[in-house]
Amino acid sequence: MPVEYRWPEQGKTAVVGHEQDRIDGLAKASGTAKYSYDINTKQMLIARMLGCPHAHCRIKSIDVSPALQVAGVVTAKPMKEAGAEIQWPGEPLAVVAAETEAAASEGAAAVQVEYELLDVYVDDTDRQAAEAAGRTAKGGQSIELEREPGEDEDEAEFEEREIQRLLDEAAKEGVVVEADYGIHAITHMCLEPHGSTCEWLGDKLTAHLSTQNVSGTAGQFAGPLGITADDVTVHCDFIGGGFGSKFSPDAWGVVCAQLARETGRGVKLMLTREQELKIAGARPSGFIHVRVGANKDGVVTVWDSHHWGTGGPDSGSIRPAVVPYVFAPPNRRAVHTVIKTNTGPFRAWRAPDHPQACALSQTAYDDIAWKLKMDSYEVFRRNLHTTRLPDVYAAEMEIAARLIGWKEKYHLHGQGPAEGSVVTGLGMALHTWGGAAHDSTCLLRIHPDGGVETSLGSQDIGTGTRTVIAMVVAETLGLPVNAVKVNIGNSKYPPSGPSGGSTTVGGVAESNRRAAQDALVQIFDLVAKKLNVSAEKLVAAKGRIHVSGKPDQGLSWKEACSLLGMKPLEVRGSYSRRENQPSKLSSETVGGVQMAEVAVDKRTGVVQMRKFVAVQDMGLIINPKTARSQVYGAVIMGIAYALFEERIIDRTTGEFLNCEIADYRLPRLGDIGEIVVELYQPESEYNRGVVGLGEPPVISPGAAISNAVANALGVRVPVLPLTPQRVLEAIKRSNV
Amino acid sequence: MKDQPHLTLPRGGVSRRAFLKGSGATAAAAAAISGTTAVEAAESRATFVAAETVSIELRVNGAMHKVTVEPRTTLLDVLRYRLDLTGAKPVSIDASSGASTVLIDGKPASANVVLALDCRGKHIQTAESLGGKDPDPVVKAFIKHDAMQCGFCTPGFVVAVRAFLDQHPNATKEQILNGLNGNLCRCGTYANVIMAALDAAKGGK
Ligand code: FES
Repeated sequence: MPVEYRWPEQGKTAVVGHEQDRIDGLAKASGTAKYSYDINTKQMLIARMLGCPHAHCRIKSIDVSPALQVAGVVTAKPMKEAGAEIQWPGEPLAVVAAETEAAASEGAAAVQVEYELLDVYVDDTDRQAAEAAGRTAKGGQSIELEREPGEDEDEAEFEEREIQRLLDEAAKEGVVVEADYGIHAITHMCLEPHGSTCEWLGDKLTAHLSTQNVSGTAGQFAGPLGITADDVTVHCDFIGGGFGSKFSPDAWGVVCAQLARETGRGVKLMLTREQELKIAGARPSGFIHVRVGANKDGVVTVWDSHHWGTGGPDSGSIRPAVVPYVFAPPNRRAVHTVIKTNTGPFRAWRAPDHPQACALSQTAYDDIAWKLKMDSYEVFRRNLHTTRLPDVYAAEMEIAARLIGWKEKYHLHGQGPAEGSVVTGLGMALHTWGGAAHDSTCLLRIHPDGGVETSLGSQDIGTGTRTVIAMVVAETLGLPVNAVKVNIGNSKYPPSGPSGGSTTVGGVAESNRRAAQDALVQIFDLVAKKLNVSAEKLVAAKGRIHVSGKPDQGLSWKEACSLLGMKPLEVRGSYSRRENQPSKLSSETVGGVQMAEVAVDKRTGVVQMRKFVAVQDMGLIINPKTARSQVYGAVIMGIAYALFEERIIDRTTGEFLNCEIADYRLPRLGDIGEIVVELYQPESEYNRGVVGLGEPPVISPGAAISNAVANALGVRVPVLPLTPQRVLEAIKRSNV
Repeated sequence: MKDQPHLTLPRGGVSRRAFLKGSGATAAAAAAISGTTAVEAAESRATFVAAETVSIELRVNGAMHKVTVEPRTTLLDVLRYRLDLTGAKPVSIDASSGASTVLIDGKPASANVVLALDCRGKHIQTAESLGGKDPDPVVKAFIKHDAMQCGFCTPGFVVAVRAFLDQHPNATKEQILNGLNGNLCRCGTYANVIMAALDAAKGGK
């Protein structure tokens, strides 16, 4: 009889759904967890790269020989050839390996390069100027209209006319908001920079790579090195942040492996902080011009927008399909233009496109409330029928409103009481994300002495992957969490998907639950024979295999496993989305509602977080403790891009001005206010199985906080982050 | 413990650029070795960093270690590359991240801006000393309140909280919010760190 893969009913689990400390918590907290940066091999060299000081130039010549004169330097090589065009600042030009970090830095600085400077283009805010300069590309558009053009009508003309008609109608009977909004580019700023420590044993490479993609990077090393993936082991027990930027070894990973091969020594090449910010990933900027019409009840009838932004020299920026965000009014058009700039290329940043799309469009929805003199909550509520999850949002909005005290505290935009120059306000936003489980394979091994271990090429990007895996296996086998050993972080283990897009917990839960259920069937068979009972009657609970309802009629886990004889039982658990969906273990698509309460000082322009409420659904919750941490963390990252962080580029030279920690503003512990996290898990959610959680809660903070500031001031500060300067400028423009 | 082979570098002064580039080293220390003042050293024409290596003894987590260092070698480099104590992390070029926080004679310091030479005769404690079989109450509180995600900032944060609570054994939330802003976390563990610190202040030593 085939096993039916499913979770126990809600409330009937022993481990899943219960608060569980991380099993690697002690290692992380006491500094014994080894990250790629921490791997020291014997006789190791340290490598540093010279980054291009110019945003746009051509390399006329490059001479690494002066680096070899620096004491301690062992080898140096160019990474670009004469004639190469450099399109963004910091692009690696040469690499130097030395006995110490200091000597490697000295060596990299000694490399001689001649540059031919080329025109620099970095302004991503002005679309017309970029068009005039020939720096734009079409980014596509998405359009949906209720009415169809007539038989002989030109489609484009019809669209234009129809949108105008709808806007005129809204202006007459309701309201039209015509406005601009924006959100600047930010970086990933992983605290552990990108990089690796590489060593060769004969022809075999071990790359201790800081990666979100343990199973997928061996092949990426192999190709450029002229070997095959079987000769590469990628190892990463711990990764110090990735956020979507660490899926590949990158050019610097490959060069590190080359240096190691050439010198016959281990080589560590980690980016400097400056390089990490300049070249290792950015989130595209977004700016938008919107015309949005609503009826007098605040229900949006038409949306028309054109947005633009930059993801670097080639492409990137926000897909029009997610504009307007979450809401899909019956008539809508979103046009998108890409601006090509001499800035570091974008990489996927936690929930790609969504945070920007949310900040560019749910601000406009809030401005409808402001113009109609309505409660923002009402406007959001009345448009829920145009979302894909109206019931989930409605329920979550009620919970969030209660937790933040919306009814008691809300006032119309700009009409709250002031304490001196300080005003307070409330704002909200909604988000959505897929979060389907990725493909995952694991090898579960149960030893005759009762030992249990599972191995898979997954990774812990901070979500607590190890702990989740141990919980799933422990739950299934009726064991305590600490009875399960979890082996991840090695590409020689069975392949498991990259950690991106909130797919990991679902993926590893799928493969491990399947493996453990299958293993249990075999153990049950052995025990059933031994006890002369029917295997169907057996259960695994509290470290015993026994007849259901009769704990005495059974064997301890150890005794049961001894029936395996000499060989461990090995079971492969495998999940693939194509073959195994629909699955009762996992599904996809979540909502999420967030509300912010801020205080703004009109005199200084400083925005202070008072309170932030995040209500989040995620299907079945495996570990509420680490799930809550994900939401806290996402909200804090959201506060960061809403109020503090941005990549600041010199308009003339293209230089990245704030590429060190002291200059790249991020919130600190005292800046976050009170954060309330509510995990929304009614039975309907639980029964959906696991859905990923990492991305969704990072999406709404920009819009929610911007809306709260607008509510406090009665003035929209249109561009994020809402720095004191931007707040003061907005106040000045509006003369409040 | 992996002692790297060390070259004795050419004698000479220290260029201004070398000061700026040399992994957090300060002019004062190099000058202290060469017997010149920092300014004189900086003005000197020679290209390479003065680096007569010096053999020193450092007391780390209660044990004495003999290491050979250059004048510009930071405490962080010694901990990470010589002693394989990698809990303190290199995150910023200055002290602005708090990721390399250690205790020097009980006081918190960023190991990446402290010279190894200046640590002679002092008692250095790293995050590793707070772990082990019977972890420090701060470590326990970090685990209980899940005050970690990727964990890269966590050892520095743990040491900073330990030092802060040593100073303010009955710290209030207010004091914690004002007193622990030297540590940066990208994953956003602050809310959990606040809970952990408060808990450790109440239940800890
Ligand atoms: S836990 Fe990742 S930086 Fe703090």
